[in-house]
Amino acid sequence: MNNKKTALYNLHEKKGAKFVPFAGYEMPIQYSEGIIQEHKYTRSNVGLFDVSHMGQLFIKNENELTEDLEKIFPLDLKSISLNQSKYSFLMNEEACIYDDLIITKIKDGYNVILNAACKNEDFEIIKKLLDNKYEMTLNSSLSLIAVQGPKAAAILKDMIKGTENLSFMNGNFFRYLGENIYITRSGYTGEDGFEISISNNKVEELAENLLLKGAKLIGLGARDTLRLEAGLCLYGHDLDIKTTPIEANLNWAISKKRLIAGGFIGFDKINSQINTGTRRLRVGITPMDRIIAREKTKIFNKGNEIIGEITSGTFGPSVQKPIALGYVDSKFSVLDTEVFLEVRGKKYSARICKLPFYKKSYVKGANK
Amino acid sequence: MSEVKFSKEHEWIKLDGDTATIGITQHATEMLGDIVFVELPEIGASVAKDGNAGVVESTKAASDIYTPVSGEIIENNQSIVDDPAKVNADPENEAWFFKLKITNKSEMDSLMNKEEYEKFSKESGN
Repeated sequence: MNNKKTALYNLHEKKGAKFVPFAGYEMPIQYSEGIIQEHKYTRSNVGLFDVSHMGQLFIKNENELTEDLEKIFPLDLKSISLNQSKYSFLMNEEACIYDDLIITKIKDGYNVILNAACKNEDFEIIKKLLDNKYEMTLNSSLSLIAVQGPKAAAILKDMIKGTENLSFMNGNFFRYLGENIYITRSGYTGEDGFEISISNNKVEELAENLLLKGAKLIGLGARDTLRLEAGLCLYGHDLDIKTTPIEANLNWAISKKRLIAGGFIGFDKINSQINTGTRRLRVGITPMDRIIAREKTKIFNKGNEIIGEITSGTFGPSVQKPIALGYVDSKFSVLDTEVFLEVRGKKYSARICKLPFYKKSYVKGANK
Repeated sequence: MSEVKFSKEHEWIKLDGDTATIGITQHATEMLGDIVFVELPEIGASVAKDGNAGVVESTKAASDIYTPVSGEIIENNQSIVDDPAKVNADPENEAWFFKLKITNKSEMDSLMNKEEYEKFSKESGN
């Protein structure tokens, strides 16, 4: 099995990374300090994440691209402003999720960030749905890094002026190392931060400069504990092809306007699920004991009947307790409902709880 | 005090009379990463050589703890249950897991000494 390496592979190795195969790539799971230290450093300072394995899809604007994309995504793309990003999902007719993604309106089209494990299939699905009418590129000559944490804006501003003025879920081109690089204020850690798309041959220099400013490299291990504390879904775990956005409690990501008019793939199912409810729902779950309920842990009610399953579970280093996401029968999704988690043959009490586990600190309206 | 011995499952064991103190090795903690949960066998429980005797969970995954010798559990280290990070900090001293009354001292013979264990953990790469 020959896994791909990102352009930062040598830097990871130099910084003591432990690698794991992930979605066809050799990715750093952690560095020498370990997941908890990396997690805490991101929450208190600034972490640097290599997310170059993710897909960077560009669709070039021609003809009726915005209208055609609105047939695919439940977004009001006509109304979003230039350089604005939206979280969304690629669904089938049954509103089941092929992938979750971030789509950004850029000057000459749209930029879509896709999960590494799904990107090639997504490309084919989208291409087919667009009737092959548009120029589409899954750009592998670009790397993607995330700079996340309360000090992200300060250190990035010192290197790239103007980035501090970006609002959350907005981007722009900036000049750096003689290149136009695209930076969005976004991330998946529950912290303020940025994602930077830069060519493979410049990314190491950018990363080294960020490290000199005090950022530390953070592996996939801490990326997972950070996103889980922030209550964010991970595709392949909390979302999959058997799950709809309504079951996943992602209604907020569907444009209200589009829900009235419809006209996107999966609308009928979504509309009916909103009106009549779903059999199961994604919830946050806090075990009462210090036990970790991992993915696939069975969830029971008081009457010892199986009512669901955990999809992600870990120990939250910032909240200092075990946390989990899972799906339960909708009647058990009410806050504070007591449920039981079966771990190594024993049942442990747990409660349905509010998400996120860790309060987000995004910068909503930076100075324009 | 007798010499410390090691198992292929990366436990260490120190015998003092009939009492064996058992924990996991530094090498094991490095492989596991940050330990966030420890479950220990109950006092009075009988455990058999290579049998299950607890669980540790790191941020990444759960791993079983095995006992390298048979015996009856006489003490378990609650301080690592309350503060699992101690296991990463001092695995081969303060963060011992449990003590047992050994039933068959000859089970110690098949275990490795420090030198053999170091060679084993390097070669096995796990």
